Amino acid sequence: MNKASSILLFTVLAALAVALGYAVIFLPEQAEGLATAVSDQMGNSGVDHSVTAVLLNFRGYDTLLEMAVLLLALIGVWSLAPQSRAETISIPPASPVLLALFRLLIPLMILVAGYLLWVGAHAPGGAFQAGAVLAAAGVLALLCGKRLEGRLAGWPLRFGLVLGTAMFVAVAAAVMVGGAHLLQYPLEWAGGLILLIEAAATFSIGVTLMALFFGVRPITDQRP
Amino acid sequence: MTLSVLYALAGVGLFVLALHGLIVHAHLLRKVLALNIMGSGVFLIMVALARRATEAPDPVPHAMVITGIVVAVSATALALVLLLRLKEVTGRTELDEDQTPS
Amino acid sequence: MSNELNTMPWIVWVILIPLIGAMLCFMWPRRGKLLGMITTLITGFTAFMLYLQLLDHGVIRYALGGWGAPLGIDLYADGLSVLMLLMTALVGLGVSLYGVGYFKQDGENPAGFWPLWLLMWAGLNGLFLAGDVFNLYVTLELLGLSAVALVALAGSKEALSAAMRYLLVSLLGSLCYLLGVVLLYHAYGTVDIQLLGALVNSNPATYGALGLMVTAMMLKSALFPLHFWLPPAHASAPAPISALLSALVVKASFYLLLRLWFDVFPAVTTVDIGLVLGTLGAAAILWGSIQALRQTRLKLLVAYSTVAQLGYLFLPFALLSPIAWQGGVYLMLSHALAKAAMFMAAGNILKYGGHDRIADLDRVAQRLPITMTAFCLAGVSLMGLPPSGGFIAKWLLLEAALTHNQWVWAAVMIIGGLLAAGYVFKVVGYAFTKADSPHDARPVPLTMEWAALGLAAGAIILGLNAHYPLALLDIGKPFAGMSP
Repeated sequence: MNKASSILLFTVLAALAVALGYAVIFLPEQAEGLATAVSDQMGNSGVDHSVTAVLLNFRGYDTLLEMAVLLLALIGVWSLAPQSRAETISIPPASPVLLALFRLLIPLMILVAGYLLWVGAHAPGGAFQAGAVLAAAGVLALLCGKRLEGRLAGWPLRFGLVLGTAMFVAVAAAVMVGGAHLLQYPLEWAGGLILLIEAAATFSIGVTLMALFFGVRPITDQRP
Repeated sequence: MTLSVLYALAGVGLFVLALHGLIVHAHLLRKVLALNIMGSGVFLIMVALARRATEAPDPVPHAMVITGIVVAVSATALALVLLLRLKEVTGRTELDEDQTPS
Repeated sequence: MSNELNTMPWIVWVILIPLIGAMLCFMWPRRGKLLGMITTLITGFTAFMLYLQLLDHGVIRYALGGWGAPLGIDLYADGLSVLMLLMTALVGLGVSLYGVGYFKQDGENPAGFWPLWLLMWAGLNGLFLAGDVFNLYVTLELLGLSAVALVALAGSKEALSAAMRYLLVSLLGSLCYLLGVVLLYHAYGTVDIQLLGALVNSNPATYGALGLMVTAMMLKSALFPLHFWLPPAHASAPAPISALLSALVVKASFYLLLRLWFDVFPAVTTVDIGLVLGTLGAAAILWGSIQALRQTRLKLLVAYSTVAQLGYLFLPFALLSPIAWQGGVYLMLSHALAKAAMFMAAGNILKYGGHDRIADLDRVAQRLPITMTAFCLAGVSLMGLPPSGGFIAKWLLLEAALTHNQWVWAAVMIIGGLLAAGYVFKVVGYAFTKADSPHDARPVPLTMEWAALGLAAGAIILGLNAHYPLALLDIGKPFAGMSP
C-alpha cells in the first residue's frame, strides 16, 4: 500500500473514530434502557435471573435463530470439507499425562456443565455457557485421540446436532396450541420449558462446537 | 467522564484499529482475526453502556452480546475452514488483488 | 377466507417451515430432493396464505412470546414485506425445481444444497418479517453465512476465493450494522422499528447509526463503489445459487435499507443523502453496463448486469416523486425473476457445452431452444421493453424523473436501457452463430430448462397486470415518509 493511500486511510479512520467517540460521549449519563421493563416482568418469566429471562423468554426468538446460525455454520463447514480428509486428520499421539488428566477432567467438566445449565435459572449461567464447557471436554477428548465410532457418527451425530434447534422450534410451536403466540410459554410451565430447551441446547451446542473443531464430517461405516 | 463511557471509547478504539487491520493486512487469517476484534469492540461498547442503568446493569444488552458471540463464533468457524480449503486448493493464504477471475 | 384459516399465524409458519425443512434435509439427505421440494411448496403456500390474510386484515403485527415491543420481539407484515415474501417464494420455486436437476448427484451428502438453501430461505423470510433491528442482525447473518457456503459449493479455485471475499465483506457489513444497532439502543432504549421511528431525533448517536447502517447496506447490496465482491461471487457460484444471490440476497439488504430509511430514520434523512445514493446508483448503472459489454464469459456478463440493475434501485432516493418508489420496487421484483431466469439459462448453456465463453456459444439457440427463449424473455425485461415487468418499472421511474424535470436521471436510465440492449443482443447474436470449433453436447435436464422459462415468463407477466403488485405495495403505506 503506497504512502498516499495509507495516509488517506489513516485520515478516514481517524475521522470515523472521532465521529463514533462523539456519538458515545454525548449519550446521556444515566439511561434505564429496558432494565425496568425486564424487572417488572421477571415474575412472569419462569426464571430468576434477568439475562436468562431475556435470552430464553422475552427475546427467545433471537436465541432460536441463533441456534439455527450455529447449525448453519456446521453445515457450511461440512459442505466445504471432502469426507476423505477425515482419515488424514493427524493429531500427535497423546502423552500419558494428557490421558491421565483426561480421565480426571472429563467427569468434572461434564459436572460443571450440568451445574452451569442448572444455575442459569437464578445466577449467570445457562445453555451457552454449559455448552461451551461441554465442547471443551469434547475437544479434549478429540485431542486425546478419541473418535466417534462408525455407527454413532452417522444419524445419531446429526440428531445430536439438530436436537437443540429442533427442541426449541418444537416447544415454541407446541405452546401455540390453544391460540397463544409463538414462544408464549404458559406461566406455570415457563420454568420447566426453559430448562428443557436449555438442556437440549446445551447438548447440541457442545456437540456442534466439537464438530466445528474437528472440521470435517466424520467417516461413517453405514450409509446415512 | 464516567467509567462506562471510558470503556465504550475503548470499544470504539478496538473497532477502528481492527478495521484498519482488516483493510491493510493481506493474510486472510489476519483479516479474520481483525473481524473478531471488531466484533469484540462492538460487544464492549454494548456492555459498557449498559452500566448506565441506575440499579443493576441493563440485562438486554448482555443477552444481545451472548447472541452476538455465538454468531461471531459461527462465522469465524466458517471463515477458518474456508481459509483452510482455499489454502489446500490454491496453496495461497491471500486473496488475489485482481478482482476479476480468469 | 374461512375463519379458521384466517386466524392461523401464517406469519410464523412462513419462517419456521423452511427451518424445519432444512433440519429434515440434514437428517435424511437421501430424501433431500423430495423433502426440499415439499418444503418449497408448503412455504410458498404459507406465503400465499399470509398474503390473503394481509388483504383481509391490513397490516399484521405479531408479538412473539406474547410480550410485545419494547420488551419482546415483534414480527411485522405490510404490503412491502409480503411482496418480498411472494417474490422469494416464486424465485424459490424456480430454484428448487432447477436444483432438483442440477444437484442430482448430491445423494448422500447431508451438508449439501438443500439444507443450506432452506436455511437461507428461513433467513430471508425472517428478514422480511422482522420488526426489530437486532433480530434483523441475526437474520442478516443467517442469510450471509448460507450464501457464502452455497457459493463455495462449486469447489473451484475461483468460487472459493470469491466466497472468502464475500464472507469478509458480509461480516464487515454486519458488524457495521450491529454497531449502528448498539448506538440506537443506547440512545433510545429500544430496538423495535416502530418505536424507534417515533423516538429518533437528531443527535450524534443517530447520525452515527445512520451512517454505519447505510454504509453496511450499501456494502451488502453492492452499490458502486462497494460492488467489487459481487461479480466474482455471482459468476463462480453454481448456477442456481447465482440466481438466488442476484435475485434475492442482494435485494434483502436493499429492503432493509428501505425499512431503516422510512421507518427508523425518517426524522433525520435528508435530500442530500438521497442525492448521494442516487448518484452512486447512476454510476452503478453506467459502469456496470459498460463492464457487462466488455465481458467474454456469460456468467460474468450477467453478474455485471446485476451491478447495473441494482443501480436503478437507488435512483428513487434522489427522485422527488413517490411514484419512483413504486418503480423501484417493481424493478426489484421483475429483476428478481428475470435475473434468476437468466442465470439459470446461463447454467444450462454451461452444462450443455462445458464452457460459458460468449464467442463460442455455437448455435445454442437451435440446440437449446427453451433455454434461449428464457434468456430472451429475461433480456426483454432487463432492457425495459414492453410487455414486461422491467418496462413498467422503467416507465414509472422515468415518469417520476420527468414530473420534477430531473432530466439527468432520465437520461441515465435511457442510456442504461440502451447499454442493456447492447449486452443482451451480444449474447443472443453469438447464440445463433456457429463456433469455430464445435463442442460435444451434454444433455440438460428438462426441469432445468422449464424452470428458467417459467421464471422468465413470470417477468413478462408482471408487465401485463401491474395492478395487483402495486396495490399490495400500498398496504401499510411503507413509503409514507415521502412527501408527494
